[in-house]
Amino acid sequence: MRHVDRGYVVVLAVLAVLTAVVVLAQAEVLAAVLGGAWSAWWLVAVVLVRAGVVWGGRVVTQRCAASMKASLRKRVLRGSTGSSGTSGSVITLVVKGLDAVEPYFAGYLPQVVVAAVVPVAVVVRLSFADLTSAVVVLVTLPLVPVFAALVGLHTRDRTRAQWEGLAVVGGHFLDVVRGLGTLKVFGRAAAQAATVRSMAGAHAAATMRTLRVAFLSALVLELVATLSVALVAVPVGLRLLHGGVTLQVALLVLLLAPEAYLPLRSAGSQFHASAEGLAVLDAVAAQGSPAAATQGSPPAPAQGSPTAPVQGSPAAAVQGSPTAPAQGSPAVAVQGSPAVAAQGSPPGGSPVSILPGRTDEKGSSNAACGQLGERSGAVVGGVSVSGVVVGAVRAPDLRTAEIVVERVVVRYPGREALGGMSLRIAAGERVALAGPSGVGKSTLLAVLMGFVTPASGRVLVGGVDLREIDRDSWLRQLAWVPQRPTLFPGTVGENIALGSTGDVRAAAAEMGLAHLVDAEHPLSSGERQRVALARALVRDDARMLLLDEPTSRLDAGTEDAVLRATRRLASGRTAVVVAHRPVVLGEVDRVVAFG
Amino acid sequence: MRRLVLAVAAGVAAELAGIGLMTTAVWLITRAAGQPPLSALTVAIVAVRTLALARGGLRYAERLAGHSAVLRHLAEVRGRVYDALLRRPLARGDALTRLVSDVDAVQDAWLRCALPGAVAVVVGVVALVATGFAWPLAVGLVVTVCVIPWAAHAVAVRHLRVLAPLRSELAERTVVLLDGAAELTAFGALDRELDATGRVVDALAERERRGGLGAAALAALAVVVQFGVALAFLRSGAPAHVVLGSVAVLEVTVPLAAAAQRWAEVRGSVGRVREALRAVEAPVPDVELPAGRVGVVGASGAGKSTFLRALAAAHPGVAKGVLDDAHVFHATVEANVRLARPEASREELDRVAELVDLDVPWDTVVGEDGDALSGGQRQRLLLARALLADPDVLLLDEPVEGLAVEHGDAVLRRVLDHARGTVVLVTHRLAPLVDFDRIVVFEDGHITQDGTHAELVRTPGYYRDRWSTERMAGRSSAGTSTGDGSHSPSNGTNCVNVDDATGTPHRRSAVTAI
Repeated sequence: MRHVDRGYVVVLAVLAVLTAVVVLAQAEVLAAVLGGAWSAWWLVAVVLVRAGVVWGGRVVTQRCAASMKASLRKRVLRGSTGSSGTSGSVITLVVKGLDAVEPYFAGYLPQVVVAAVVPVAVVVRLSFADLTSAVVVLVTLPLVPVFAALVGLHTRDRTRAQWEGLAVVGGHFLDVVRGLGTLKVFGRAAAQAATVRSMAGAHAAATMRTLRVAFLSALVLELVATLSVALVAVPVGLRLLHGGVTLQVALLVLLLAPEAYLPLRSAGSQFHASAEGLAVLDAVAAQGSPAAATQGSPPAPAQGSPTAPVQGSPAAAVQGSPTAPAQGSPAVAVQGSPAVAAQGSPPGGSPVSILPGRTDEKGSSNAACGQLGERSGAVVGGVSVSGVVVGAVRAPDLRTAEIVVERVVVRYPGREALGGMSLRIAAGERVALAGPSGVGKSTLLAVLMGFVTPASGRVLVGGVDLREIDRDSWLRQLAWVPQRPTLFPGTVGENIALGSTGDVRAAAAEMGLAHLVDAEHPLSSGERQRVALARALVRDDARMLLLDEPTSRLDAGTEDAVLRATRRLASGRTAVVVAHRPVVLGEVDRVVAFG
Repeated sequence: MRRLVLAVAAGVAAELAGIGLMTTAVWLITRAAGQPPLSALTVAIVAVRTLALARGGLRYAERLAGHSAVLRHLAEVRGRVYDALLRRPLARGDALTRLVSDVDAVQDAWLRCALPGAVAVVVGVVALVATGFAWPLAVGLVVTVCVIPWAAHAVAVRHLRVLAPLRSELAERTVVLLDGAAELTAFGALDRELDATGRVVDALAERERRGGLGAAALAALAVVVQFGVALAFLRSGAPAHVVLGSVAVLEVTVPLAAAAQRWAEVRGSVGRVREALRAVEAPVPDVELPAGRVGVVGASGAGKSTFLRALAAAHPGVAKGVLDDAHVFHATVEANVRLARPEASREELDRVAELVDLDVPWDTVVGEDGDALSGGQRQRLLLARALLADPDVLLLDEPVEGLAVEHGDAVLRRVLDHARGTVVLVTHRLAPLVDFDRIVVFEDGHITQDGTHAELVRTPGYYRDRWSTERMAGRSSAGTSTGDGSHSPSNGTNCVNVDDATGTPHRRSAVTAI
């Protein structure tokens, strides 16, 4: 039961108990009605109740899944805004990937809990009705996971090797179509068409070899289930012949026996659909853990915390209900069931077993849902980029404070973005950074803002290490104009303000955007640039300008606006300008050549 | 097709065995209650045992036959999709990745929609015939095979349609939120924007919660119908094995609602694959081949790479080289280089590797799109491949990106010395272009300047600006430049040149740096 909070497990347990009650009642009533003992109205009643339970179960699990998904989405978003370089995968995860957890939360998990409860209830009821049949079911039921485990054990290595091979072959098609342009350029595209077909054929053949084995465990389950019906029905029929049991009891036994195996079958068939969701949850948990590490707070404590139920989900309400204590540990409940015997068999998530084999609770792994309500203020770190300005020292006033960059080295994965940079910027000095792209000019701005932690070296502001300075008080003194400004949903005016209370209209007018203040984008790239400049203008009280000039060529109007804004923003302030145009270099006190 | 029919046949047989098992078992018990002689039951006893065995085996056969048929069909679809992409290429990116996953979704359409549907329909017909077209079963089948799946499909389609705008809003907000996270943090607006996105997430969840109600109601309705049929049989005095047999028959048809729901999700994929297969030959762009050494410069997005790709497409077999969408296949370094000329000898391979300093062993597997290589190694592999092809026209799109500047210059110089014919070079560094025959400047998809280096540095515009700033940084290796002098920083300012090795700034006059 990884990634699940207790509240939801309690909900599922309640549902499973209700299901068990309805299953027993329905068999009881059907047998009685068919045996002529009870009126058919009983059947009407029990069917209506069952329909209600089915409806309620679906609604509740669906709602919980939607709430959990929403919390996970928010968590991933909040956790990703501080890291760098992974936006593509995060977008996929947030928008589409997390949908895959629904079959896990709303399909597989409920079925697993039902599989833990219903067979037990059926066996208990059977033992009162007909002990022999109960024994037959009791003996055969464990055969399912045992056989699945045996099949799995026997074929584990082979299947794993085959699945690894499959991944290579499966990836081949995407690889080839991605490289189609390259193949065409070198005249190899037509030759590759035959390879694509033979590879796809080989893929199919390899998959079939794997499936022949993988489906064996399903075969065992089917056989045990149907054979035990035969094993129950025939002896009971023979005893009926001699008057050993009544017709009603015989029918009850016949109707109940398959119900003991049904949940296992359903859980098995849901397992595949949920595997992807489980992988997504693992990815989310992996994303969360480095964050916890950098904050120095182990994620484990949140696990047991009763204060972190799923926000707004019914789970929270149920959690306080009297049924809760029974559910000490959800894992234990499942472990008692035969389903778990299969645990030893499948290599993580392999299709060998159709049974739930993944009930292991590893340390913090199920913190995912337990922490859903959390709204950690600290931003999660990437490799070297993070909310690193965690200090509490109030930022020195930049009107008087000197900035000293001391042998700063910045490494991104695989490359060095800044190699031992040193620079001294006096209060009020205007500095231009020049040099070819990729030498670290923009990285230096990021270091100055505290977005990037130097691997070595430091930045001193008025003698205080930037890392010790309170982030907000530092950022409030800065006006930043990025090279490629982002426009956020909303009007141009809102984009200029971005939370500031300054005079938006004046700033917009100054940048020639007065007519666009109430418009929403799309804007041209020049207008975009002017929005970014207006953002800086609105922050009239900022004490340092950090301007990253766009490398692309600007239209004359924007070029002019950039210059005007630079002049205006740089006057009387400290300014660090990444310059790509010679004309800007005339506006500064000093040029720093990079490279 | 034969395999599909086989799969459906096995599925029908498996389901009928299951229904037969239940029906026979109930018949056996009710008959036994009448205490007939044992011989009256022997056939039923044998039948129960046989059917019990048969069901498991047939189900296994159905699964294998179904998967086998669909996987083979899919192999054929992959081949045809490849052919279609050959006729009309898709740019690398989302559309292409989506098409590949669409092909995988076709598998779902068959295995989870088409096959169960066919099996359920056949089973229903057989059951109807077996009961002599009893009306309760007929009604139950119509409802569970037609009405409920139709409604489930409609509900799912509507649900997906309602979610679509919210999902795209979420996607849009996620993109800007992640792209603009630094700006939002700098301006202290991150929390506000996260909350706004959180509200979209909540709205989406709210819609999802509401959307589940319809499907849940249909699931409940299916239960009512299933046992409603049993009740109708019961009221009409049908024997117990017919009553419970009808329940078993509907057990097969009820899951069609889920199949219909799934169809609503995958039908878009199926449609896109069909659409892709219909692709007709893309028109060949009409671009004339330049001659000599041609440099192409311009801001990113100005159309340089598009121009180079058009050249390659217009002159297949003639213009080859390193394009911006050059792909490194998940294979060995050797296979990746050799694809340019499969008959090349080992000596030829070694020679091109030496020219571009490719120091990765030939049998190294490069990982997905060259993941296992560094950016510089990947670039050198692409260059080695281009050199091995030895084309009449060598196309190079930022060929030494990812290499250290000096190293890149040196490798590029060797490549240029070695190219025997026309070279078209896209570069953001202007130094290598100084002695080129011709330089074209792209801006917003058009050529705005065209001339030699000497001509362009005399003309105000993009090239001259870039040239000045490049030299400003003191990185230009060209000694032949003609500075325009209009941009000198005011006198008396200083230039700090940062020494990578020691980190000590060297102060010297700005003028000497220029």
